[in-house]
Amino acid sequence: MFYREAGDFKTSYEQDSQTFPIKFDRFRYYAVLAIAFLVVPFVINDYWANAILLPFLIYAIAAIGLNILVGYAGQVSLGTGGFMAVGAYACYKFMTMMPEVSMFVHVLLAGGMTAIVCVVFGLPSLRIKGFYLAVATLAAQFFLVWLFNRVPWFYNYSASGQISAPERDVFGILITGPNAPAWATYMFSLIFLTLCALVARNLTRGTIGRSWMAIRDMDIAAEIIGVNPLKAKLTAFAVSGFFIGISGALFFSVYLGAVEVGEAFGITKSFLVLFMVIIGGLGSIFGSFAGAAFLVLLPVVLKVVGVDVLGWPTDIVAHFQLVIVGALIIVFLIVEPHGLAQLWRVAKEKLRLWPFPH
Amino acid sequence: MPDQFLFATEVFINGLMAGVLYALVALGFVLIYKASGIFNYAQGVMALFAAMTLVGIMNGQVPFSHIINAVFGTEIHHFGWHVPAFLAIILTVGVMVGFAWLVQRLVMRHLVGQEPIILFMATIGLAYFLEGVSDLMWGSEIKKLDVGLPQGGSFWIEDMTAGLGSDNFYGFFIDNLDMVATVVAALLVVGLVLFSQYTKQGRAMRAVADDHQAALSVGISLNFIWVLVWSVAGFVALVAGIMWGTKSGVQFSLSLIALKALPVLMLGGFTSIPGAIVGGLIIGVGEKMFEFWIGPLVGGATENWFAYVLALLFLVFRPQGLFGEKIIERV
Repeated sequence: MFYREAGDFKTSYEQDSQTFPIKFDRFRYYAVLAIAFLVVPFVINDYWANAILLPFLIYAIAAIGLNILVGYAGQVSLGTGGFMAVGAYACYKFMTMMPEVSMFVHVLLAGGMTAIVCVVFGLPSLRIKGFYLAVATLAAQFFLVWLFNRVPWFYNYSASGQISAPERDVFGILITGPNAPAWATYMFSLIFLTLCALVARNLTRGTIGRSWMAIRDMDIAAEIIGVNPLKAKLTAFAVSGFFIGISGALFFSVYLGAVEVGEAFGITKSFLVLFMVIIGGLGSIFGSFAGAAFLVLLPVVLKVVGVDVLGWPTDIVAHFQLVIVGALIIVFLIVEPHGLAQLWRVAKEKLRLWPFPH
Repeated sequence: MPDQFLFATEVFINGLMAGVLYALVALGFVLIYKASGIFNYAQGVMALFAAMTLVGIMNGQVPFSHIINAVFGTEIHHFGWHVPAFLAIILTVGVMVGFAWLVQRLVMRHLVGQEPIILFMATIGLAYFLEGVSDLMWGSEIKKLDVGLPQGGSFWIEDMTAGLGSDNFYGFFIDNLDMVATVVAALLVVGLVLFSQYTKQGRAMRAVADDHQAALSVGISLNFIWVLVWSVAGFVALVAGIMWGTKSGVQFSLSLIALKALPVLMLGGFTSIPGAIVGGLIIGVGEKMFEFWIGPLVGGATENWFAYVLALLFLVFRPQGLFGEKIIERV
């Protein structure tokens, strides 16, 4: 009734291979884009931007990046926090070294830098698999955080050891710094998210995405039918690193403004993004969005319910949050190992037949 | 003997001791991995939970008192009694067995046959859950744990070795607690080996580790064995929790020792008990020596990452760790 493909005929190859082949999907996608670009910027205020929308947009980019690595290429990484830190510090160095260049370029360069670092730390994946690799990526996490903490060149010898984003503008509109308007930071992040999602979606359904999935499903078999594991694994690390770097750069420059590396990009960040990917759904771009939205909203909702409605102390609510997140992950894995994305797929199947399921 | 050499020796010995403590945590990982193929990330949090429960029982704390007070507006914190350490340890073992049963009943049973990575994620969820529960149950402030283990430097060793060097050298500083930990770890390993070699349950455990289906077909109850394995891992976690808790207080950072144990595992191999011990010693000595020689040149605090990088380099040459079973892959 609401969701159907009856009467949706494709008469050319272009129509058949477009990103959203079903008409309903396509219009929903246009509608979401229209609301996000044309409505939200006019109604946004500081609270919504800082508490919900900005973290959601930025974590969604990170989740897409990690999903490419874990969900599509099957290389489990626990180093996301460290790679986000690379993005943040690269962005900071570029911002202070070349102040006249546009912020867009800085963020993209930061992404590129992270891609390089990510490939270097991805090299062992050619020898190591599974858990051993997951633990090996922790080396990246701890080493990178230590590096940014100990080498003063990275934080421009500032006394506090922190980095803080100088004011930068795009077309005369402030994007970073405390005086940047909420809608501008929102739009800036949204543009990056839209581009990243488009690129990721189209990469994953093309040749390169298929080689990733072949490696994920069984690497030896993939190698035998002619997929180059070196190329597939390293491109997965590079693309994933690029996205994670962009999200790290935005997280630092647009969202937080000032960053202490151990606090903002510690091991908990790695797990947070990993949970987003798992709860959202491994191997699904939509799942990355759903997972990011879920884990950004959950603490906000819990805080509103626990502190504002029930009047409990904040520390108890914070502990409850751990319990609930932990329990939810376990429940999700038991009930639906494929995450929110799979629930969405099931819902679509049901809607297709509704109201006459038989 | 030159002082520099003596200092290095002291660092070396202390590294060995630290390695034993890492190995204690790693042992718990190996046990569960061998028996069920689950890489149990929650092992560190289990140590934290066990240590917190032990302190809570010893001090007669009321569990969940914070929530009870917040919901009912009461002011209760303690039962008003103190439980002797020995009894409290036995009670805590009981709690850990109960926890093992719950994990098996509520989580692992439903995940049989899932991919290893899904099981690993589940244990991360379990770690979060348990961390939240232990904070809610016993409060998150730092607690002192004292079960009567000796602490502080050993004066005897210091006096005995003071004569080796020149006047600047005051003898080896070696913590009594570390020596106790070494003895306990040795006993634990011997006990575990004896248990798995000579008892019926231990043999059943090894059978399950070898082949689930074959074990089932000769009448071994998988459920029981897994509860047993998680209980033993809980017991090892308790021992590690006592050692680390006595050393640095019972607090959140205790759960991070799991992260220290991971490189030990990688080095030794996930499936080998001797590997855990040897890996622990190599990591312990390696990171202390590295910090001693190279640390000052690069800004210190290299302990955070050295173990991982060392393990990573090792793995590139030997992907299954030092003592791990050879990984054979077929299509």
